[in-house]
Amino acid sequence: MTGSAQPRRVVALGMPRHATGPLAAPITAPEPFADAAARKLKDTQLRANLGHATRTIRDKRAAVVAEVDDWEALRDRAAAVKDDVIARLPELLARFASAATAAGATVHHAADAQQANDIVLGLVQAEQADRVVKVKSMTTQEIGLNEVLEAAGIAAIETDLAELIVQLAHDKPSHILVPAIHYNRSQIRDLFALRMPGFAADSDDPAQLAGAARRYLREQFLSAQVGVCGANFAVAETGSLVIVESEGNGRMCLTLPRTLIAVVGIEKLVPHMADLGDFLRLLPRSSTGERMNPYTSIFTGVTPGDGPQQLHIVLLDNGRGAVAADPVGKQALRCIRCSACLNVCPVYERVGGHAYGSVYPGPIGAILSPQLTGQQAGHNRSLPYASTLCGACYDVCPVKINIPEILVHLRQTGPKPLAERQLMSALSWVMRDRRRWKAALRAARAGSAPLRLMTRRRGHTLRRAPWPLSAWTAHRDAPLPAQESFRDWWRRTHE
Amino acid sequence: MTARDEVLARIRYALSAPADPVDPPRDYRRTGEHAPGAPQLLQLLTERLTDYKATVHSATPQTLGSVLATALHGTHRVVVPPGLPEEWMPASAVVDDGDLSYADLDTVDAVLTACVAAAADTGTIVLDAAADQGRRAITLIPDRHVCVVRAAQVVQSVPELLTRADPRRPLTFISGPSATSDIELQRVEGVHGPRNLIVVILND
Repeated sequence: MTGSAQPRRVVALGMPRHATGPLAAPITAPEPFADAAARKLKDTQLRANLGHATRTIRDKRAAVVAEVDDWEALRDRAAAVKDDVIARLPELLARFASAATAAGATVHHAADAQQANDIVLGLVQAEQADRVVKVKSMTTQEIGLNEVLEAAGIAAIETDLAELIVQLAHDKPSHILVPAIHYNRSQIRDLFALRMPGFAADSDDPAQLAGAARRYLREQFLSAQVGVCGANFAVAETGSLVIVESEGNGRMCLTLPRTLIAVVGIEKLVPHMADLGDFLRLLPRSSTGERMNPYTSIFTGVTPGDGPQQLHIVLLDNGRGAVAADPVGKQALRCIRCSACLNVCPVYERVGGHAYGSVYPGPIGAILSPQLTGQQAGHNRSLPYASTLCGACYDVCPVKINIPEILVHLRQTGPKPLAERQLMSALSWVMRDRRRWKAALRAARAGSAPLRLMTRRRGHTLRRAPWPLSAWTAHRDAPLPAQESFRDWWRRTHE
Repeated sequence: MTARDEVLARIRYALSAPADPVDPPRDYRRTGEHAPGAPQLLQLLTERLTDYKATVHSATPQTLGSVLATALHGTHRVVVPPGLPEEWMPASAVVDDGDLSYADLDTVDAVLTACVAAAADTGTIVLDAAADQGRRAITLIPDRHVCVVRAAQVVQSVPELLTRADPRRPLTFISGPSATSDIELQRVEGVHGPRNLIVVILND
């Protein structure tokens, strides 16, 4: 047999893998959420900016959602369509790839951030371009594409106003829809005056600032050779991509360059063109609080004489397969990145997006980042605790992701500190046996007896305990064990 | 093993546990309460467009010429697609034969086109790059877009628009002029796309 002469390579084929390595940094928290949050809470300007912005958007969303009489039916249907997509991903991906290829696109597959970045960088270098114009894209943020391009001497120009603000400030995005939500108008004006060549505006009126961005970027758009975008939706039956935007920077990048590269998460699929109807009604209302966003572009492959003549589509896994394998957590793949959950979250509103340490902040980030990377990565295991479990995020989610349920699930399945694990296994040993449990209760009663007198006026509740119990009482009261157990009470009164 | 096989193999593995099949109820509304072109729809379209800071004029075949002249007031060069109806053609028309450079398009004052459909609920017009609308660049670079919507093209909702648009053509859904909410989440009109959108509803 000639085949046996070849050494067989043993590869763990198809095991879903998390997003790992240095390129997972954009979605990996570098410090525990509680530490970052405690620091951010002291920034009163940040809290004022966020409070103002999220209040504005919450009111707008509520008004346009109230106009839709079948909103709940829309949510149910959209959730079901996305669940169907997740269940049939291999089939739909293949269908999308063949339809897009037939229409003139080149389809690439990337298992992780590294592969996706390599593909995009190779394509840009093949075009001999020294810069690319970018449509706002969470997926390219997730893989850290800009940093990779810049390391290779290629300027990645963000053209969305908020992304541009963040880029000019050398800052990080803090919101999915409005990455510069943590800046107010006068801060933006000062930044433009400092970093935007040719900036001239005599006030911090948002319309004037938007006008300055228009003048600054126009030349870039008209001369760009390569555009880079993500996609809001990818239609499997036709191979079409859908980009939802407001400013027209998206249309510029999708229309004017010779070559367009789209980096698309595999969960962005919808099966049919007709399915888009619901999503196009849900997304703008949930996202910017508009009935419809100013511009939605739908394009399929290449159209001779109109727009880019080369279209590359990079389909990205980067941990999504691993999320799909979790029966509870996979709902997170329904997400259409509207950011409604951020705007209603009492935690996000106070700490802002940077505290989450990932380009996906807020409630959706708290379930998405640790699932994409695995909870062991960095401090992502602390993110599921960045919530009060109030459920406001679930109420507004246009695809009905039960975020509180996933948060609890991740808390239950995530890694725990050694002391907690030891405590829990000791407790489990005690509680497994009636006699041990009874003895433990008796000991607790005896041990806490001296405290009962001290805490008489406070309902037998301890406000401050010594270390290590102080970790508990720092945030909550500790009730003392009852003087009599239920069993003892029953025996005394019924037997 | 290619990256494609790897991605697909991983997902197949992830999905190998039995799950309940999902059968989404696709009971989409494909028709509106009102027939296309109904007066109620024209009125709603006008309100919604105006709400998002577009300018709306109404015209009949007899008044169209003067309405277009008003809409194009103050312009010197107006780019038009090659298939624009002859009777809509302004005197200052520059017909786009596909040769105009982006720099040229940046110097014209306005663009005048037809559309393929419009939705009243959201004030959305759809372009599909047909001969009376032209390639996408001509409706993007000029600062003023004058779009003629025929009454019969006006439907109620966005889902109905999708049934009227051919996804094999490049589609652009336009709801008001270019806008942004990126500064303090306050909406302001006028960024990169045309800052003036003028819609002429033609009752023919």
